[in-house]
Amino acid sequence: MVKVHVYLYASLRQFHAGAGSADGAEAEAPDGTSIAGLYALLGIPAEEVKQAFINGRQRDPNYLLRDGDRVGVFPPIAGG
Amino acid sequence: MRFLRVDMNGLKAVVEEVPEKYRQLAGRGLTSRLVCDEVPATAHPLGPKAKLFIAPGAVAGTSAPSSARVSVGGKSPLTWGIKEANAGTPVAQYLARLGLKAIIIEGEPKEPGKYWTLVVTKDGAEFVPADEQTGKGLYEVYRGLKERHPTAGFIACGPAAEARMAMAGVCFSDTDGRPSRYSGRGGLGAVMAAKGLKLIVVDPAGTSPVVATNQELFKAGQAKLVEAILTHGVTKPGGTLNTYGTAALINALNEAGGLPTRNFSSGRFEGAAKISGERMAEIVKERGGVGMMGQGCHPGCTIRCSNIYPKPDGTELVSCIEYESDWALGANCGIDDLDAIAEMIWHCNDLGIDTIECGVTIGVAMEAGLKKFGDAAGALALIDEIRKNTALGRILGQGAAFTGRAFGVVRVPTVKGQGMPAYEPRAVKGIGVTYITSPMGADHTAGYTIAPEILAVGGKADPLSPAGKADLSGAFQDTTAFIDMSGYCLFIAFPILDIASGFEGMVETVNAVLGTSFAAGDVAKFGGEIVKWERQFNRAAGMTAAHDRPPEFMRYEKCPPHNQVYDVTDEDLDRIAGV
Repeated sequence: MVKVHVYLYASLRQFHAGAGSADGAEAEAPDGTSIAGLYALLGIPAEEVKQAFINGRQRDPNYLLRDGDRVGVFPPIAGG
Repeated sequence: MRFLRVDMNGLKAVVEEVPEKYRQLAGRGLTSRLVCDEVPATAHPLGPKAKLFIAPGAVAGTSAPSSARVSVGGKSPLTWGIKEANAGTPVAQYLARLGLKAIIIEGEPKEPGKYWTLVVTKDGAEFVPADEQTGKGLYEVYRGLKERHPTAGFIACGPAAEARMAMAGVCFSDTDGRPSRYSGRGGLGAVMAAKGLKLIVVDPAGTSPVVATNQELFKAGQAKLVEAILTHGVTKPGGTLNTYGTAALINALNEAGGLPTRNFSSGRFEGAAKISGERMAEIVKERGGVGMMGQGCHPGCTIRCSNIYPKPDGTELVSCIEYESDWALGANCGIDDLDAIAEMIWHCNDLGIDTIECGVTIGVAMEAGLKKFGDAAGALALIDEIRKNTALGRILGQGAAFTGRAFGVVRVPTVKGQGMPAYEPRAVKGIGVTYITSPMGADHTAGYTIAPEILAVGGKADPLSPAGKADLSGAFQDTTAFIDMSGYCLFIAFPILDIASGFEGMVETVNAVLGTSFAAGDVAKFGGEIVKWERQFNRAAGMTAAHDRPPEFMRYEKCPPHNQVYDVTDEDLDRIAGV
């Protein structure tokens, strides 16, 4: 198992109370779980997701999670 | 369309036919051309030869969506180079409806310390003394004006401009008459004050919306653009801009390690969640009252990214909290208290100062040890020094670079004397190129490569890699100069970068109004011409390649969490910034 810390932002917060809170949430996933796999585990509709940052780097949905990863997940956002 | 040429020496305002060479220009294209043509590059920005130009964008005043931008241009007392700063405000629409392509303010006032109001209506323009408004905060000034001129919008400079501070902006009224829509950057408010002009009342009573010369083309283009805005994920109703405001970026930049924190000493802020757009939306909901997200900055905006932030009792604290202001007075100062940030923004609006330059300056002052990072009361006390016009306040009011020199600070995040906005260049290399090479000084809006680097809009680019970033920024800077001419809000760039028909629609509406025949492929080319004029002005003003460089500390000081230095090469920077 890998343990990661997940933060959901903006409109994605509604899909998971813990990960959608300001402190995010710990999540456990089987070894070899991808980011897309994590969405399925947490009940986040993949079509709502625009991108994920793992430890500050944008990664593809097929990135395999590692123990201790910080995962930040976003819908389409903008500003300036 | 006409020019209104305002001579502050003779107190005359004369309507002129627009010369042929300016007819197909508007907004930034027009202000920058006029600065090049009418202001000697070596003029003192506050002296008799300086001028101020106010020009609505091409489609402002029409029924085009999100199109009430107005450009203010001149020589900057902050950078001492050319400056264009634009704002979204109903005043842009009013100027266009009055048939004014630009207001040109010139001449040295006869009586130092005496200020005037210019009242512009469809019947002409007249001067009245502004004695009553002089020295007063802009909230009080605008309240009084709205009572006297209920159908008008206002353009003003605040008390900081009267003190000739280089962080003073030009303030426009919002839809409710608040002093909240700013052409904030570069000190153009001080240029206005130096002309003895305190206020312009722009009253569109008795005028009609602008109708494009080629109405058929306009309508076709408008439909394409509206469709793109309403379908794109970030600009659609209920999308992030609408729901969380621009401060939705706080968490995004924090995750990316690119949220400048405590005077650009880190790219992550432990208090980010507390000042995020998400938290702001929660507070607005919890407190109720007048608070709202999704406010428009002008009638006809379909994006509506503005907000009204309430006090705990539901009454208004400030409108609005933008990402840049939130970051500058928040994370950049180590402050995680949204109420304190809102209060600081209120004071900035009231004094007539740029929230970005103010926050960057306070960050430098904290670095100097004047206050501790995280000390919100201390930050407010520094703003109060500006209000009281003390010796310290006058130093701070000149901006981050000046303050850094006054206190011997090495870590000063400025380019060409202008404070860096809310993206850490060592973590987002392309926006760094924009900061460094834009003729405006450090300005994120001049070439927003954050779109592909962080937001995955308009393609994708690795933010940490220097490869290709000079060209990416160059292309963005050129396209942006065109959008700054168009009168459209820069946020239409998000949908039109991804949706080709939206881009075509933007160009078609501009053609329909200006009588031009730009193809989509001409946008960057013509925008590039505008940027070239601006660079030529800066060269003539004495700027060299040495001004197109990052602050030195970013070359050797690693910024956590990515622990990167700024590594786009000088050669790449010169290739983009060369004239």
